Amino acid sequence: MSTRLATIKIGDDLPAREFHCNNVQQFFYNAALWNAHRIHFDFPYATEVEGYAGLVVAGPLMGDWLTQCVTEWLKEDGSLLSFEYSNRKAAYTGEVLRAGGKVVSVDPETGEVGLELQVWNEADEVVAPGGAIVRFPVA
Amino acid sequence: MSALLSPELLANIGKSAPPKKELVTRRDIRKYSVATEQRLEKYLEGREAPPMFHIALFWDVVEQNQLTPDGLSIDSLLPEFPLKRAMAGGWKIEYHRPIYAEDQLVSKRTLTDIYEKQGSKGPLIFYEITTEIETESGQPVLTEKITRILR
Repeated sequence: MSTRLATIKIGDDLPAREFHCNNVQQFFYNAALWNAHRIHFDFPYATEVEGYAGLVVAGPLMGDWLTQCVTEWLKEDGSLLSFEYSNRKAAYTGEVLRAGGKVVSVDPETGEVGLELQVWNEADEVVAPGGAIVRFPVA
Repeated sequence: MSALLSPELLANIGKSAPPKKELVTRRDIRKYSVATEQRLEKYLEGREAPPMFHIALFWDVVEQNQLTPDGLSIDSLLPEFPLKRAMAGGWKIEYHRPIYAEDQLVSKRTLTDIYEKQGSKGPLIFYEITTEIETESGQPVLTEKITRILR
């Protein structure tokens, strides 16, 4: 078992991180994709036509934040095998969102570790639940 | 027997879009990494791409007059569905190898499922798109399955 794998236990928390998604980040993210979906930048359209409470944070951006919880915790000690998530609830520009997770399974034979991941909003509601499987080398 | 999904509609299962090929540049990785607030140097320097970078790499680039009024582009892989309003969906990605600057990648999208379920407020249509991304020489990079829900 690798030194790192030996230290990992079910229930361990991944370091949580706060994201303050503002207009600049929304602009950069949607420009990087080339995504012109108006709900992310056109306030009158998002609120009056689509009925949202504000500018909607791009769904896959929150998925990306979940992967960052994994890659920063993993460092160069192991590799990401799979990742899944869904967008359960809209989140808005200006909200403080928190991404984090915990270890839910450890297999010392294969080196595979299962992670449960979530993005929460300020009301502590889960806006994007997810999960990942990572693998550490087994000696 | 499905109430909403005709045999003609279901015949679209298995349909594929023409493969797309893109070159990964250090600059594109850096832009994506700054946009998403990555903190690892390998991503910020653009040597390796973060796990969700492929979404930016293969997002459709269409002309402005091809966008629908909401700013989206029409996905030619999808048939006309009897329900229109898209709800949040789910993503599942299996990684085979990281993406690096200078990679030439090929993306193949297939409509792999269409099915109907009864929701609490009426019928829902689910569809699944599977994307296989590989290097130019055929080495698997990742497999992504996206499920979307229409109401």
